[in-house]
Amino acid sequence: MRFTGWAANYIDERTSASTAVKALGRKIFPDHWSFMLGEVALYSFVVILLSGTFLTFFFDPSMTEVEYEGSYVPLQGIPMSVAYHSSLDISFEIRGGLLMRQVHHWAALLFVASIGLHMLRVFFTGAFRKPRELNWVIGFLLFVLAMALGFTGYSLPDDLLSGNGLRIIDGMIKAVPLAGGWISYLLFGDEFPGTDIIPRLYVLHILLLPAILVALIGAHMVLLIVNKHTQFAGPGRTNDNVVGAPVMPVFAAKAGGFFFIVFGVIVLIASLFTINPIWNYGPYDPSPVSAGTQPDWYIGFADGALRLIPPGLEIVVFGYTVSFNVLIPLVGLLVFLAAAALYPFLEAWVTGDKREHHIAERPRNNPTRTAIGAAGVTFYAGLWAAASSDLIATHFRLSIEGVIHTLQFVTVVGPFIAYFVTKRVCLALMRKDREIALHGYESGRIVRLPGGEYIEVHEQLDDYERWKLVSYEEYQPLMVRPDARGRITARQRVRASMSRWFFEDRISPVTQRELESQRH
Amino acid sequence: MSNRIETQHTMASTSPARRSGRRHPLATAALLVVGLLATGGAYALATTSATAETTAASEQLVEDGGKLFAANCASCHGLQGAGTEAGPSIIGVGALAVDFQVGTGRMPMAASGPQAEVKPVQFTQEQIDAMGAWVASLAPGPAVPPERYLAGDGDAAVGAELFRINCAMCHNVAGAGGALTEGKYAPNLAGVDPVHIYGAMATGPQNMPVFSDLNLTPEEKNDIITYLQYIEETPSVGGFDLGALGPVSEGLFIWIFGLGGLVAVTIWLTAKSN
Repeated sequence: MRFTGWAANYIDERTSASTAVKALGRKIFPDHWSFMLGEVALYSFVVILLSGTFLTFFFDPSMTEVEYEGSYVPLQGIPMSVAYHSSLDISFEIRGGLLMRQVHHWAALLFVASIGLHMLRVFFTGAFRKPRELNWVIGFLLFVLAMALGFTGYSLPDDLLSGNGLRIIDGMIKAVPLAGGWISYLLFGDEFPGTDIIPRLYVLHILLLPAILVALIGAHMVLLIVNKHTQFAGPGRTNDNVVGAPVMPVFAAKAGGFFFIVFGVIVLIASLFTINPIWNYGPYDPSPVSAGTQPDWYIGFADGALRLIPPGLEIVVFGYTVSFNVLIPLVGLLVFLAAAALYPFLEAWVTGDKREHHIAERPRNNPTRTAIGAAGVTFYAGLWAAASSDLIATHFRLSIEGVIHTLQFVTVVGPFIAYFVTKRVCLALMRKDREIALHGYESGRIVRLPGGEYIEVHEQLDDYERWKLVSYEEYQPLMVRPDARGRITARQRVRASMSRWFFEDRISPVTQRELESQRH
Repeated sequence: MSNRIETQHTMASTSPARRSGRRHPLATAALLVVGLLATGGAYALATTSATAETTAASEQLVEDGGKLFAANCASCHGLQGAGTEAGPSIIGVGALAVDFQVGTGRMPMAASGPQAEVKPVQFTQEQIDAMGAWVASLAPGPAVPPERYLAGDGDAAVGAELFRINCAMCHNVAGAGGALTEGKYAPNLAGVDPVHIYGAMATGPQNMPVFSDLNLTPEEKNDIITYLQYIEETPSVGGFDLGALGPVSEGLFIWIFGLGGLVAVTIWLTAKSN
């Protein structure tokens, strides 16, 4: 005890660490399951770092050709790159290597999946609003980086599947007008596949991209502390406080335990389920392409876009082929990603709301945003499903053309359907909330009155429950107003019409007066 | 058939040897002459009778096959196998095509559709052989290969490479199957009899291309069979293989069970005690 006191003092006198520890230790985390999705991403990233470090001890990213002499019989004597050979050695010759490879890959899939779910949570609760717009953008960059890390990692073993993936990337690059061929040569150092790409991707995968990712995670965490955590509305929870458990000791203990649960779940999955059995695919050879060649799930939406684009969009201009069948998906996906990244700024401009928001909204209470999100999810899901169109066709005994045409419909028309349905559902739910707040909920108890009339008794909510239903902000459409010089600009008109689109259909929260007049 | 011929041959060649045995100087030579004559004659006799018997037997087989064909196949393929609007001509497809199509239950087709489906086999192997003999009698075509090309004792590495280059684009690298156009598909190859894999390669059923002996030699076909048997019999080293379907099943798994399970954990961790 005296030693720890002395040691703590020694460090504090030289670093002033106690200030930071005090500040951090008092940071409050509100309790809600959806607030832990980002933690899943963080912890799976730690697992990726640990298992990835192990893999770098044994992986050799060289593309020099060697003959396989390992223990997997159907590849013996087959020429292959050193990269693929060492990946096979990790799988078959190195103790624990296959488990580590599977841990690394499963954790990577979980990492991107949990980031995606975390982003959906932040989006649908409006937690990206001021002051958290920048952290949304950082989070978005983390998502993109995670995809890039995943894709570079998927390419490293230099097996048939990863080579096919690179070939598609090469094709997309080459579709860029004028510069495409040059960029491809720059990246691959030669005509595809060349002998440089694997070492280059290796440097990106283990050095550059993780360094940027770690730096951005740091910034994400710092902003999380600076901005404080959002919370759902509830008794005692206001826009100016955070109700929950402090980091020290409650949250730290809980989060520490949760880290080991995430780690355990990943290792359990990795020890029981195969992932990317590279020995099945064989060494990369540009000629064969296997049926069922798909990227990992997070690149699926891009693959799906290429599968859904209708044929016949290639034109020849001055002897150059312009491949709109590749360019349209490429540009479309970039626009979609940019829209996701910039959405907070768009919404802030439309609402004209400059206030800080620390209360997470229930998705139903902002019907237009929720509907936009549902449309985006539908669009993404259509593209995503299209990446597995061949497996959908074989497993549900459908024709692949039917699957493709259905998914084209889902991707193009589906978002509009999803938008209108979601918006109506949200408004209906708000109406229901309003009715419950005012009149109570149906208790299921039927009472016969002396006159013979039957009624169902409605129970009133307690004040705590009712607060959740009535405490949301209401926005009104912005009016077009002349500016200082008495003019109405086109910008204002656009903004007013966007604002009308957002807030024309709305259900006002129950007011105190309404509540009091209902209490008999 | 061939077994019967061999047994008759050995009986004929051993019986004259037992009846000789005098000590005359010429006896050896005479014996040799007698023996050779007897053996040769008996052999000639036996083989002719065997050939005659084989011919009779195969004629019988062809005739049986023709009857079976007329009763079960002719409504689509025509009485002479020349095809109708409902089914293609089968002249020259060979006994191996019959063995594949009928032996896997694809023929007779249960219903017309994008392609013939595997179903329980409708005939005994003798009946299938008879129909094969009848079809082979119409015009020459691929015959059922000798056992040594079906043994699965070839080079798995060569087979795997050939499989990746020639077969994987439809059947998937792990033989899990894949989609083709208009509702057709390349089936999963797990559990398929070697003779049917050989037959599919040699005869190119439905949408499958023909891999003739010039394209893939019988030894190479055996290598492919060896590889398929290897991946079927070797347990998946990394754990359950999730259908060997690649990243799609992996992605579904991590979303449903990985992330789904962890979301359940988060709900459990933040649940308030009652």
